[in-house]
Amino acid sequence: MPGRQLIMNFPVTATSHALADYRARGGYQALPKALAMPPQDVTKEVTASGLLGHGGAAFPVGRKWQVIKLNDNQPHFLCANADEGEPGTFKDRWILEHAPHLLVESMVITSYALQVRHAFVYIRGEFDLPYRRLAGAIEEAYAEGLLGENILGTGFACDINVIRGAGSYVCGEASGLLASVEGKRGYPRNRPPRLTVKGLFQRPTVVNNVETLSNVAGIITHGVEAFRQVGLPKCPGTQLVSISGHIEKPGVYEVEYGYPLQKFLYDDCGGILGGKKLKCIIPGGISTKVLTAAECEPLTYDKESLESAGSSLGSGGMIVIAEGTCMVRLLQVMLRFYHHESCGQCTPCREGMGWLHRIIDRIVGGQGRPEDLDRMIAISKLNDGTTICGMGDAAGYATVGILAKYRDEFEYWIEHKRSRLDGNLEAIAHA
Amino acid sequence: MKHLIPEFEKWKRRFPAGYESSLVMPCVRRIQEDRGYVADSDIDGLVEYLGVSRMQIEEVLSFYTQFRRKPIGRWHVQCCRNVSCSMLSAEKLIDHLAKKLGVAPGQTTADGRFTLSTVECLGSCGTAPVVVVNDTYHENMSVAKVDVLLEGLK
Ligand SMILES: Cc1cc2nc3c(=O)[nH]c(=O)nc-3n(C[C@H](O)[C@H](O)[C@H](O)COP(=O)(O)O)c2cc1C
Ligand code: SF4
Ligand code: FES
Repeated sequence: MPGRQLIMNFPVTATSHALADYRARGGYQALPKALAMPPQDVTKEVTASGLLGHGGAAFPVGRKWQVIKLNDNQPHFLCANADEGEPGTFKDRWILEHAPHLLVESMVITSYALQVRHAFVYIRGEFDLPYRRLAGAIEEAYAEGLLGENILGTGFACDINVIRGAGSYVCGEASGLLASVEGKRGYPRNRPPRLTVKGLFQRPTVVNNVETLSNVAGIITHGVEAFRQVGLPKCPGTQLVSISGHIEKPGVYEVEYGYPLQKFLYDDCGGILGGKKLKCIIPGGISTKVLTAAECEPLTYDKESLESAGSSLGSGGMIVIAEGTCMVRLLQVMLRFYHHESCGQCTPCREGMGWLHRIIDRIVGGQGRPEDLDRMIAISKLNDGTTICGMGDAAGYATVGILAKYRDEFEYWIEHKRSRLDGNLEAIAHA
Repeated sequence: MKHLIPEFEKWKRRFPAGYESSLVMPCVRRIQEDRGYVADSDIDGLVEYLGVSRMQIEEVLSFYTQFRRKPIGRWHVQCCRNVSCSMLSAEKLIDHLAKKLGVAPGQTTADGRFTLSTVECLGSCGTAPVVVVNDTYHENMSVAKVDVLLEGLK
């Protein structure tokens, strides 16, 4: 195991998602404890824990929650982000399928802290079993007085509704998500005003990732000190890492921050598929910058270490790429995706994604021109900071990252009108 | 959609009063599950029931890739083509599916049984490649497993 565990700390069985099992392993002890505290003290605890957001930006949770004013005489909303759309990421699904009550309990606590009467979970439309598990857990919670009116006899009332998405990557972006919950197109919007000031239906709203919220119950049960003992002082706790691609043992692993990356890849995950050599990894979903095998060597798995190498934790969706993989074709797959998912509101993103996609298709089609690579970099940089949401930036970073490190593969394809690596995306032949 | 209103009414009790448009996504989805697509009459019904504008419903229907205005095949075979799946032979799988069904992605077979689609990351990359049929994920797929899967879809 890659370090200590806070979330995946129980064996998965046929009933481990159910309320009885969750209670048997200590679940729903945090809720009465939190409800006996003044709400602002719950926020204080979470702030003191140093918990960071797990949705991609590693934003401190307490700083977001503190913006909500408890006595401002208007409704507040909470939305759990279960859109899990960042390619390479499948960890929130683990929580929804195996520990849905951890999310439900944490959301009731969070709702109490922020004085939220109606909370939402926005879950991607394709997730079927995760949705059914979550909906089942919510019904169990209502039946036992853990949700609804007068929770545990304290007078606190809270409802959780699940909204299912319908196939849109930008709806994972917090403001796009809220637009979708409002029953509109999932267009992200400019800040300010921040969502914590004017969010869902123009009311103060907190949006947090599923995994982020799922840490709250444990912080309340075991206390701030216990949480801070895990991980690093500046980056406490753990991250659910979804690892996929050319790796022997893909899956979801809970990694304690500060754990050595090589040890994780080779000891915990069984090394590179088919005993191949590592070419590079994309550490946190395709929107994070690629790290070459050599760059990975000294790293530990935490915010500071990955950022020191020019990348980031992102969503924890780690994609492992073996030697022999064609980076031109890989970038082509990524750019097709970004082009398809651009919502079209911002010119640099809408047009830029189209240009990048067309250029890479042209290169792969043997019609590339030497000036194409610099053009791609220039287009990517046009997006930097000029778009409403992070997607324009992210697509640009991903493109610049791959071009900076594997430019020779692109030049070879342009010059010889074919891939140096046979356009290969597969490390080993699959049936 | 009228026959679904009792179900919607039940949901409403847990939704914040006065913010009915948060029921748009759930209602549209339920209607599509029921009919297979969203018809003009459904839009009329929702406009009346939720008190939102027709434009809003139309915009939602055209924005989200999972919503449709026309029926599709009985079995909707969707193959992921994003990074992790492509790295584990999804492209071969898509070619195989297209050949076997005799349609290109986006098309429906003449007998109306199958619609083939390519989709982006399904949040299941650790068990790539992934094929979703209607709502069910089929993980760790291969050409041989796809053949068995299709056999079972009548
Ligand atoms: C294009 C785009 C897609 C995103 N998709 C997701 C997602 O699927 N899940 C998620 O939790 N956050 C996603 N985010 C990040 C959210 O905007 C937001 O920062 C996050 O949900 C906040 O939660 P956290 O502070 O707990 O991390 C996305 C951001 C962008 C720009
Ligand atoms: S950056 Fe792209 S995806 Fe984000 S709001 Fe602008 S056009 Fe839409
Ligand atoms: S890339 Fe296919 S499920 Fe994620």
